[in-house]
Amino acid sequence: MGVLNEAKRLMKKNIREYGMYIALVVIMLTFSIATDGLFMSSRNISNLINQTGYIAVLAVGMTLILIIRHIDLSVGFVAGFLGAVAAILLTKTGAPVWATIMIVLASGALIGAIIGFLVTRMGIPSFVATLAGMLVFRGALLRVTSGTGTIIIPDKSFNAIGNGFIPDIVHINGIHTLTLIIGVIAIGLYIWSELNSRRDKLKYNFEVLSTLMFAIKLLFVSAVIAYITWTLSGYNGLSWTVIVVIIVVLIYNFVTNKTVLGRHIYAVGGNPDAAKLSGINVNRITLIVFSSMSMLAALSGILFTARLQSATTTAGTLFELDAIAAAYVGGVSAAGGVGKVTGSIIGAFVMASLINGMNLMGVDISYQYIIRGAVLVAAVIFDVKTRNKRS
Amino acid sequence: MNKNILEMRNITKTFPGVKALDNVNFQVEKGEIHCLVGENGAGKSTLMKVLSGVYPHGEYSGDIVLNGEVQKFQGISDSEKAGIAIIYQELALIPELPVYENIFLGHELTKGKMIDWNETIKRAGEMLKKVKLNNVNPATKIKDLGVGKQQLVEIAKALSKDVKLLILDEPTAALNEDDSQNLLMLLRELKEQGVTSIMISHKLKEVLAIADTVTVLRDGQTICSLSAVKGEISESIIIKHMVGREIDNIFPSRDKKDFGDIVLEVRDWHAYNPELGRDILNGLDFNVRKGEIVGIAGLMGAGRTELAHSIFGNPADYKIKGDLFVMGQKKKFKNPNDAIKAGIAYVTEDRKGNGLILIDDIKQNITIANLKSLTKQGIVNSNEEIKAANHYKSSLNIKAPSVEQKVGNLSGGNQQKVSLGKWLFVSPKVLILDEPTRGIDVGAKFEIYTLMNKLVDQGMSIIMISSELPEILGMSDRIYVVSGGKIAGELLSTEATQEKIMEMATN
Repeated sequence: MGVLNEAKRLMKKNIREYGMYIALVVIMLTFSIATDGLFMSSRNISNLINQTGYIAVLAVGMTLILIIRHIDLSVGFVAGFLGAVAAILLTKTGAPVWATIMIVLASGALIGAIIGFLVTRMGIPSFVATLAGMLVFRGALLRVTSGTGTIIIPDKSFNAIGNGFIPDIVHINGIHTLTLIIGVIAIGLYIWSELNSRRDKLKYNFEVLSTLMFAIKLLFVSAVIAYITWTLSGYNGLSWTVIVVIIVVLIYNFVTNKTVLGRHIYAVGGNPDAAKLSGINVNRITLIVFSSMSMLAALSGILFTARLQSATTTAGTLFELDAIAAAYVGGVSAAGGVGKVTGSIIGAFVMASLINGMNLMGVDISYQYIIRGAVLVAAVIFDVKTRNKRS
Repeated sequence: MNKNILEMRNITKTFPGVKALDNVNFQVEKGEIHCLVGENGAGKSTLMKVLSGVYPHGEYSGDIVLNGEVQKFQGISDSEKAGIAIIYQELALIPELPVYENIFLGHELTKGKMIDWNETIKRAGEMLKKVKLNNVNPATKIKDLGVGKQQLVEIAKALSKDVKLLILDEPTAALNEDDSQNLLMLLRELKEQGVTSIMISHKLKEVLAIADTVTVLRDGQTICSLSAVKGEISESIIIKHMVGREIDNIFPSRDKKDFGDIVLEVRDWHAYNPELGRDILNGLDFNVRKGEIVGIAGLMGAGRTELAHSIFGNPADYKIKGDLFVMGQKKKFKNPNDAIKAGIAYVTEDRKGNGLILIDDIKQNITIANLKSLTKQGIVNSNEEIKAANHYKSSLNIKAPSVEQKVGNLSGGNQQKVSLGKWLFVSPKVLILDEPTRGIDVGAKFEIYTLMNKLVDQGMSIIMISSELPEILGMSDRIYVVSGGKIAGELLSTEATQEKIMEMATN
């Protein structure tokens, strides 16, 4: 009985977080049944994840923006514009891929710094500053593509970022073995870090999960990682997009949870006045967060352009709203100060699964938008209700 | 004929996990001023929220009987219709709107479907006269009035609704001595006119001065009801019932000793507030020595908090002139972080507004100003963090199930202790306390005073800004009186009296 009670208590304490995972599982199961398993096929899951990549990285950046009580409407066209810049660098100047990526990411960071400057030093509300940015970069995108229209990118290694998969060592029975090996390593690293943190806590005489509950948790998470890698290895294995998203999430999750910078970001969002009087440089934090946002927008632009293998005149349209929706579905509070990078990623996958599943079922696009709107509202209602209960 | 205007019978109200009110009985006679006292968390505000319909009928058990009739309020509008008006600690006025519009907000005077502005302005003028605001033009914007006058406008608003029972939740908490006296006088006059008032207050002096009856709540239960006519009311009796024990001396004694060198000093200190467009500090000189408690007294608006802000890294961006010395060395702080590094800490007067992060937990609040001390290669050691927070939780006696408790859920006294813990964690040389005991109960006050004594014994210096004169007199070694952005006088604790301080402050 002890374990059951413990599980209940954990569930109660983390209802918001677990609720989202449960929602994702429910959505996936529903679509699997509705599509006779087509939804959960290796090919579709691989596709789904790769489609979500460029929104997922935006959602990560947007999480921090929303946490510090701002908004960034410019990210869509910043992504579109910088994607086009990447295409031009590759086709017109013949710049190597690595240099192109570096230049584009740096430009993103610079654009973010300018927006951050307008917000902090000029005192322009972020809604207005980034609305202006949206217009400016929409114009800039049209400007750089005006002569050529769509710019086709012939560079295979660049396009691989959006379409390609990691190479395999030996392909056995249609199974991508390197993906499996990475999966095994990931499980190993996960268990190692969990054991480490548990040992540390015990050293301090702090409360930890009971041994049985701890084992169940390890087993469960390992099984999830194993299932995902097994599914992916059944198709082409891990894509480069997934690798990029995982790296971004790992870095941002680490920064927000473990570093002083991350804690200061949450403090600024929780109460900017108190943060200031605690010796935190609120303007600096705001600048960093906007800079990181636009840099991730640049990354999003690279992923999207590589995926389409071309830069188009409308690239980036409405990306910002998808990213904001993903963050809210993922549990970011509209009042600021609350939210997790991992939550927003799950939010992005919830929204992407809906689109993908409904497409497979042949749901009309008109209903698709209505349903996505309803899910967004439902997620936020759930968030508000569970938040009240916890307080 | 029942002489009670209000009877609350066996009221019980539970929140998840807590019984806020446990079978409370509360009777108010017609035409009296009834004070409701108790420590923070005793259930006073909850009881008044039940009465005013904030918690609608059905969310509590028990009966509200008004003028002999059982009431089932579904919301505030129901209780207002029944003649109950409640004025909260945080004023519910809209700063950008004029006085007359605020007074009639929610029950606008109309002619047909249109608002009758002329009638509104005329009636607003009458209401203002009733609350002794004869000189205030009804067209003045609320934000241009002082807090004391705003409070009176709130009362005018209540009177305009033809109130029978007026409830005031700590009305004088934010007021200075003069405004408080004004308000109490007004309550007496309203009583003459037949208005019954219920006042929640922490200031026992005021309670003694004004109450016909005092009801004491403790831990969600009615402890007793004391009557002035029968001579049952005295400060010591009220305190005894509030805390359930007797406190002989609310200010713990400390061995006076020789103080060390000057730790912090400002000379010819000026500050100009660009937002207000005027000077707020006009050439102050003051200092604090090692191991000393310096009290800073003065009326509201005298520049005390501005002084603290201007020293503590100037977060509001005043234009500052003058010299600041820490341990004899001249310093210039560009931001609060510089001040913290130089060993200065500042506990704000407004712990909810700019002191604490209410949505974060105790440990996050305690460590936020000094996270660097918990890091190794830029990574915060969360176990060390819990350990540090636990240290302050036990040494400051913060009452909470764990350091993972959200600060927003704590009582005022415990929130203040978290604030103190946060600044002790930076190990300051000089601790600036701005209204350190505002809105907290007697027990927690005593704990904070004891802690202050302990800190100066260990060699810390304390600057205490306070509006409560007994506190200034009881705790300080030396007192500066601030008036009009200047030091109006300096007194040793041995020579200071309330009268002397007030004289200097009002000069």
